Amino acid sequence: MENPYLPYFVRIEEIITETEDNNLKTFKFVFLDPEDEEKFAYSAGQFAELSIMGKGEIPIGIASSPTEKGFIKFTVNKTGLVTSHLHNMQVGDVMGIRGPLGNSYPWDVLEGKNIVIIGGGFAFTTLRSSIVYMLENRDKFGEINVIYGARSPGLLLYQDELKKWEAEGDIKMHITVDGTDDPDWKYNIGFVPAVAEEKAPPADENTYAIVCGPPIMIRFTQPVLDKLGYRHDNIINSLEKRMKCGIGICGRCNIGEKYVCKDGPVFSLEDLNQLPFE
Amino acid sequence: MIKIQKQAWAEGLVKLRSDYELFGPVADKDAHEFKLLEQDQLPVLDIPNTRLSAKKTVFPQSQVMFSFSLAASNEDQSSVKVEGLDVKPRAVVGIRPCDAASFLLVKRNFDNPEYPDPYWISAYGQTTLIGFACDQPQQTCFCTSVGSSPYGEDGLDLLVAEDEDHYLAKSLTEKGDRLIEAAGWETGAEDAIFDERKDAAEAKISKKVATDRIKSCSAQDLFGASFWEEVAFPCLNCGTCTFVCPTCWCFDIQDEVKGTAGKRMRNWDSCMFPLFTLEGSGHNPRPSKEQRVRQRFMHKLKYYPDKYESDVQCVGCGRCIQLCPVNIDIRNVCDRMTQHLCITI
Repeated sequence: MENPYLPYFVRIEEIITETEDNNLKTFKFVFLDPEDEEKFAYSAGQFAELSIMGKGEIPIGIASSPTEKGFIKFTVNKTGLVTSHLHNMQVGDVMGIRGPLGNSYPWDVLEGKNIVIIGGGFAFTTLRSSIVYMLENRDKFGEINVIYGARSPGLLLYQDELKKWEAEGDIKMHITVDGTDDPDWKYNIGFVPAVAEEKAPPADENTYAIVCGPPIMIRFTQPVLDKLGYRHDNIINSLEKRMKCGIGICGRCNIGEKYVCKDGPVFSLEDLNQLPFE
Repeated sequence: MIKIQKQAWAEGLVKLRSDYELFGPVADKDAHEFKLLEQDQLPVLDIPNTRLSAKKTVFPQSQVMFSFSLAASNEDQSSVKVEGLDVKPRAVVGIRPCDAASFLLVKRNFDNPEYPDPYWISAYGQTTLIGFACDQPQQTCFCTSVGSSPYGEDGLDLLVAEDEDHYLAKSLTEKGDRLIEAAGWETGAEDAIFDERKDAAEAKISKKVATDRIKSCSAQDLFGASFWEEVAFPCLNCGTCTFVCPTCWCFDIQDEVKGTAGKRMRNWDSCMFPLFTLEGSGHNPRPSKEQRVRQRFMHKLKYYPDKYESDVQCVGCGRCIQLCPVNIDIRNVCDRMTQHLCITI
């Protein structure tokens, strides 16, 4: 019997400070045992428990794409005990990773479809994973739109990649910030729901919206998608909850009979409509 | 069915010690609790029930999952020492049928097909449950409403009842057979008088609770019912109900470090506590006691049956009713859920 509470061991290979407030860092990990990398086969949208001995564990979405080999990446917001400790760790340090956990975005359904990604703030991590995955398999998808916003230009994640995706033109990028005093800012200014209303493609059966962001963004994006005519089957959400075990046993992350860690974190809006509103 | 004289019972328990660790109810301050029996210590059987359930014999309140070293000189920073999987055979003597049935409900959570929990499964697999029938159920007992009985056999390996100067025992599984052999109790034919006594014991449980109508009402509908505020009003969120419940399994995972020696452990947790769901951002999906009380009852009486297409996650032991400081009674809550007028069916 596998022990699902034991982490794989990884070494920190690179640490990138993502945002101007220094609160978000991307950690690139390499598995100490290459066999563990094979066992850690994942899909875009899944998460893992970053495991630091003596501190504890924290569930974080996987930011690298399954098409990127030899490493895995996580972008971590400094918030509590484990993430603060992680932010002080150095390249070369060894720690644990437990996963991959949860379901992923429904790639079997999404294949062949038009995709509009709507993301806000630091929830963009599994969306980055998805974008890289789709770009590597570009012929399997229709039109891809990405609407991504942050409070200010300096708080956008993966800024070099955003520019690269914009320049390459394989996907339509709609970057936005809530506000900026940068006179050279050449992208959108405005909240994500407003930009989505303007830029999101019209709804049809073959167009799926993937929505991931802070609760306030999700709440105000919903009426926009409804107005555009998106069916609730075609709206995919990724949720967060406080988690411990990550495998549906410890009991804290439920919505009704579903556990966000194991049955989610990805749910269609139609699925969520069937559950108690918690 | 076998007849065991009280002298032979005590001798048998002594013999069992060479093959089994024995757990049983023993006096603990003003109540009785399941503990590892010391040499020559006999389980106390003439009590209504223990205050805490027997769940800790398989799922300890605090359990080390693995240990590790944080020493800088330790070359092997990338290894842990797994603990708690090497469990010796053990027998729980004097468990009540309700507590035994609870293991089968909890088993669905821990012994699940996707992520079987090795700690719970190895402890449970090594455990033989010697049940003791209840001839005097308490006022708070309602096992007969939730699929069990004072003479219930579900989850037990052996059912024992007291009969004047001796015990009557019935082996229910291979584990039970092995234990009888190890104890050296003579097996011999004896007319089954359990049925009669079972009827008499069941008749003493007056309160009946219906749960079937809860099944046909949607979770959303029950979730939005107006009675939760009233149910939760007196609740202190003390967590006693979840602590004493044999079917509550929620746990927390924490690291503990002394010097450079660390361990990762899991500890019982409770949905009654606000910290249970508090997120790093400060957001809490269940900030009010009303939401937490609703979660406890909805999980036991609605989510669990829906998830596993089964009966409720309750064995009717009545501990939460007996020990609740503000007299919240799951039987009444069950009645309110049953009487709720469902809009969606």
